Amino acid sequence: MQLDAKIPGGILAEKWDRHRFELGLVSPANRKKFDIIVIGTGLAGSSASATLAELGYNVKAFCLQDSPRRAHSIAAQGGINAAKNYANDGDSIWRLFYDTIKGGDFRSREANVYRLAQLSNNIIDHCVAQGIPFARDYGGLLANRSFGGAQVSRTFYARGQTGQQLLVGAYSALMRQVAAGKVTLFSRREMMELVVINGQARGIVTRNMITGEIETHAADAVILATGGYGNVFFLSTNAMTSNVTAILRAYKKGAFFANPCFIQIHPTCIPVHGTYQSKLTLMSESLRNDGRIWVPRNSVDTRSPHQIPGSDRDYFLENKYPAFGNLVPRDVASRNAKEQCDMGKGVGETGLAVYLDFEDAIKRDGKEEISKKYGNLFQMYEKITGDNPYEIPMRIYPAVHYTMGGLWVDYNLMTTVPGLFALGEANFSDHGANRLGASALMQGLADGYFIIPYTIGEYFAGTGLNKITDKHPAFRAAVQEVNSRTNKLLSIKGTRTVDDFHRELGSVLWEYCGMSRNENGLLKAQKLIQQLREEFWKNVIVPGSERDFNQSLEKAGRVADFLEFGDLMIVDALARKESCGCHFNEAYQTEENEAKRDDENFCHVAAWEYAGDGINPLFHKEKLIFENVELTQRSYR
Amino acid sequence: MTKTINLKLKVWRQKDSDDKGGFKTYYSRDISTDMSFLEMIDVVNEQLTLNGEDPIAFDHDCREGICGMCGTMVNGRAHGPEKGTTLCQLHMRHFSDGDTIVVEPWRAKAFNIIKDLVVDRSALDKIIQAGGYISVNTGGAPDANTILISRETSEKAFDGAACIGCGACVAACPNASAMLFIGAKVSHLALLPQGKPEAVRRVIAMVREMDRLCFGNCTNEAECEADCPKEISITNIARLNREFLKSGFFSSTK
Repeated sequence: MQLDAKIPGGILAEKWDRHRFELGLVSPANRKKFDIIVIGTGLAGSSASATLAELGYNVKAFCLQDSPRRAHSIAAQGGINAAKNYANDGDSIWRLFYDTIKGGDFRSREANVYRLAQLSNNIIDHCVAQGIPFARDYGGLLANRSFGGAQVSRTFYARGQTGQQLLVGAYSALMRQVAAGKVTLFSRREMMELVVINGQARGIVTRNMITGEIETHAADAVILATGGYGNVFFLSTNAMTSNVTAILRAYKKGAFFANPCFIQIHPTCIPVHGTYQSKLTLMSESLRNDGRIWVPRNSVDTRSPHQIPGSDRDYFLENKYPAFGNLVPRDVASRNAKEQCDMGKGVGETGLAVYLDFEDAIKRDGKEEISKKYGNLFQMYEKITGDNPYEIPMRIYPAVHYTMGGLWVDYNLMTTVPGLFALGEANFSDHGANRLGASALMQGLADGYFIIPYTIGEYFAGTGLNKITDKHPAFRAAVQEVNSRTNKLLSIKGTRTVDDFHRELGSVLWEYCGMSRNENGLLKAQKLIQQLREEFWKNVIVPGSERDFNQSLEKAGRVADFLEFGDLMIVDALARKESCGCHFNEAYQTEENEAKRDDENFCHVAAWEYAGDGINPLFHKEKLIFENVELTQRSYR
Repeated sequence: MTKTINLKLKVWRQKDSDDKGGFKTYYSRDISTDMSFLEMIDVVNEQLTLNGEDPIAFDHDCREGICGMCGTMVNGRAHGPEKGTTLCQLHMRHFSDGDTIVVEPWRAKAFNIIKDLVVDRSALDKIIQAGGYISVNTGGAPDANTILISRETSEKAFDGAACIGCGACVAACPNASAMLFIGAKVSHLALLPQGKPEAVRRVIAMVREMDRLCFGNCTNEAECEADCPKEISITNIARLNREFLKSGFFSSTK
């Protein structure tokens, strides 16, 4: 199958306009004839559900939390980018586009990224109209701050809770449509299977997480907005229920999976402190605006940070990258922190941490000003660690945070299964090999508010869709698959808990498929994961029964899918014989230890097609064509 | 400094909404004081699983204090004894070796118990459906900077918007009232110029829905404010009452 990204012709700045004109339309009177399923109620899912319902489509929205407002977009702290140029510092749509594509190390599509930059401004306008309380200057205008990978201030923020505020905005819009009867809400539901009929996505099978009942839903199109798969690492900044299940089911039903090895490791997280630990907490990248990152100049310096004089401190980012300093992109900052710790200069009990120090900022701006900007983050840090960051420098270390990989989608956000769309973190489209800070919120909302509402019309207008109900035999077959998988999990009755397997999977991937990778390590991890998977299906213990509120069973299903998915990540990492952005293969680096791309052979999206259990997936290539930017070695010095 | 403690837990166990339920005692040993409260329950659950018993069901998700999914009564306090803290951010360093800890679900007529510590809070969604939004469709918004909002107003609106919808205010209130929850939303939207056109309709609809769903009324106990993990002030309830009265006196909407 030849991958066609359906990128419109013409000059870059006019592609989206032109495409919107060329897209087929569904007339307002006909929209109520179409049923759309949306899985996930984060920024992408809620905004899509609300907007599609406003247009007149019938929407069924599903989430696995008790309320759609709890989706993990809520935890995004720092902000959302837009090319408004309110700061008058030379920003433009083109600059946001260029920064994003460069930050992604030239592994994303020009047309998609440009469209994202264009829509960024509409997002801010819409969110303000919804009543999102963005930070403001004394004159009443919106305030901005800067973020990693950029030399302009284009990030809009709402204290350290930007994701929460944007999500509550999208959630409110969704609730308004629920009240209007245009959205039917299904909470505490988990998608268990995708139903494909005549090659088109026509419905889903869900599990009611309260009663354990298996339910079927038919529709004319299915939208997956189910987020990323960072939890494959067990420890990540993701919420506990964030999972790969929905997109893995789609992959196994024919949707190609793109760049699964592109994992973002965020530089500023609270370090790991014990084996019982269940998750890692991110400290917003915005802290790098005022905090200075350093380690002791000499390894194994056990003095407390206050006792180490300036001459014995190494502000390694500022020294190595004078142009961007502490605001280099995330992948660069993470790798450098790891490098310092590998040299034995790490701090704290484990030696796996670096300092993020606010002493100079507090001296310069006063405690009050710093508290206004970061108060809630400082408070959160103190709650978790027991240390007061106004007095002792924070200790931070990189952690898995975001997945750039996801289901392959074309310019219309449709996967390789007609009628199946993927939005937000669940798709792969805009961030290349590394996502810049404050871009995830932008992408999720662009996809949901401003792209899918138009592009789904093209699918409906141009596709013959006969009426199908959930009485179709394909639904019965899907339910059977779900039941047999569940029964198997419950019948093993082994001796190791689900968390125990998950923790081991995570540590294997962190070691061999994390911040830096090499071929031997990846091959080793592949074997280890295969063994672990085999043991899981023989020795896992899942208490309780199927028709019950059973959190152990939920977790077991998700971890079974992670065990399967881990292999796909490694296959992808092995196939990409270059370094780019987050994917750092030790065999390919510049003399300055930066990621060394191979544009001749790897300037492409790797899209993987499921070929059957235990069989290597089939590789498909989407060549990336750059007509407007020159591919350069990223340099932040 | 990390140390370990031993605890006795009395946990509410209830099979489903029809079951009567009751307390069961568990011993939780060698708990690191760096653990969060939920991680402590994880440890108990791992042991229960290995013993072939049903683990304790509890809601949780982000584990960083923002999603609002977690929450139980801990020794009679919603989210436990620490001020301004969700249960997932409550760390074991606030407990001592040998403590007995009583863990119960949120109790309110409007919140049905689903299992153990898990309750149904969909009533809060229904209150938002009644009017907790600004009616603006995607597409027609003017440039964001055409709406000027003073920093002070914006900050005040934010104080209401910070609500995470966890339901602790309802659980803490002797009347099981949701007025802090509604007050926070009404304040957030009524303070902003964008929210003014619908202010009257909104407050009436939300209060009506609250009554319909069997939430109690406010009698100024202030327990909600004391247990709110986001420290939302009861001045928001005062503002709610003002908005509600205003809507009765000055508007044609009934």
